[in-house]
Amino acid sequence: MLSSALTFAIACFALALLLNLWRLATAPSMPDRILTVDTMVINIIALIVLYGAQTGTTTGLDIAMLLAMTGFVSTIAFCKFLLRGGIIE
Amino acid sequence: MSLAVEILISALLVIGGGFGLIGSLGLLKLRDGMQRLHAPTKATTVGVGASLIAAALATYAQTGTATWQGVMIAAFLFLTAPLSGLMLAKAHRHLSQPKLPVTGTAAPWAGEIPPKR
Repeated sequence: MLSSALTFAIACFALALLLNLWRLATAPSMPDRILTVDTMVINIIALIVLYGAQTGTTTGLDIAMLLAMTGFVSTIAFCKFLLRGGIIE
Repeated sequence: MSLAVEILISALLVIGGGFGLIGSLGLLKLRDGMQRLHAPTKATTVGVGASLIAAALATYAQTGTATWQGVMIAAFLFLTAPLSGLMLAKAHRHLSQPKLPVTGTAAPWAGEIPPKR
């Protein structure tokens, strides 16, 4: 039961990543693209952690934490760039 | 691993995968830019949080060693999702410039560029 639930969750997040790619290709404005890339980072974090749970390794957790921090900082920096035309005021 | 723990982890995994899929589907299907902010900042955060807690529980139940990185990533994502949502809303409002009602005070709307003195 646990392995099939893991497979279901991995399939859901993979499908979500494909839907995000579609949104990224057809996004109408710049904040939509930033939002889509932020969502893609979150889905990739979930995929890394679920893959680690399936294979029984914990190496992916460090990668996921680094990816979470990088994704958050890049989202904030891109929004600051759109708001003010510069990142550091 | 006992049956109750297995049912709990499986339910968390199914909830997490479903919410992650709903978040991306909402990002694709909602009409307005401001409406599209709702789906990833709420549904996807819940989905990834449930998945991270389920993965941490599964690792603890299988190997017997607790790893706190999963719970820490979940806490970090729950802290940062509202902040990135706020910044994205400010960027969207700044770029689209809708007509807003007056605030009634001397202060402008949050995120509005104050006029040069």
